[in-house]
Amino acid sequence: MEAVLFMIFGVVAVVGALSVILAKNPVYAALGLMATMFALAVFYVINLAHLVAAVQVIVYAGAVMTLFLFVIMLIGVDRAEDTTETIRYQRPLAVGVGLAIVGLGIAAVVSDEWSWTPLAPAGAVAPNGTMQAVAEQLFSSWAVPFEAVSLLLVVASIGAITLAYYLPSRRRKEDSDA
Amino acid sequence: MPDVDPSWYLGLAAVLFLIGATGMLTRRNALIMFMSVELMLNAVNLTFVAAGRAYGNLDGQLAVFFVLVVAAAEVVVGLAIIVAVFQKRVSANVDLLSELKG
Repeated sequence: MEAVLFMIFGVVAVVGALSVILAKNPVYAALGLMATMFALAVFYVINLAHLVAAVQVIVYAGAVMTLFLFVIMLIGVDRAEDTTETIRYQRPLAVGVGLAIVGLGIAAVVSDEWSWTPLAPAGAVAPNGTMQAVAEQLFSSWAVPFEAVSLLLVVASIGAITLAYYLPSRRRKEDSDA
Repeated sequence: MPDVDPSWYLGLAAVLFLIGATGMLTRRNALIMFMSVELMLNAVNLTFVAAGRAYGNLDGQLAVFFVLVVAAAEVVVGLAIIVAVFQKRVSANVDLLSELKG
């Protein structure tokens, strides 16, 4: 059962990821990324990470991708991408190296020699990532990173407002008003 | 059907990460490059969850939350920068941004 789900949603995830980098239109790229995120949410549920799966759908597929689509709509989508190469042979090289490392990764999975599961303690029980279990960890052993991250979010939101509000055109207008 | 080993998820995450890295290196549209970064972060999250399952440890799932928050902060600031650049340049092509070139 798990193997069937892995095959189906693995194909969805990879096709979505490929459409991110191959689509000419950024909207299709965003939709492909959304498909990949939903497929990953399925994998999280399979791995008993229930809260992570819910947050993945709400925050990533919901909020982050909506933000992406808003910005795509804001700056327009019909502009053809300039494909001149500033660094010669950069694209063929990048694709070649990418394929080579993907091959290496698949070889690592297929061969038993490089399997990483023997490193795990024998008889390890998969943790059940319910909201209660995650919250207990989050507010005890992960409390300091949690606070640091809240500071990061405040800084990021102030930075975004500063960048988006104080535009050059607005600044000129304010200067002439003064 | 064979049993799904956690290393299968590791392999899938590696494939997704490298698709994202290839997109980052080959595309010139700042938005697509951003989406490639998101793809790479998602691939790493899958690795965290699969590793947490293999090791019987909840810390992998907690790490995902922190990656997620950092990714959200990065997207907010990054998209604000793209919009600000676009107001000035009317293009999302990163090759045109070379003022800081030494």
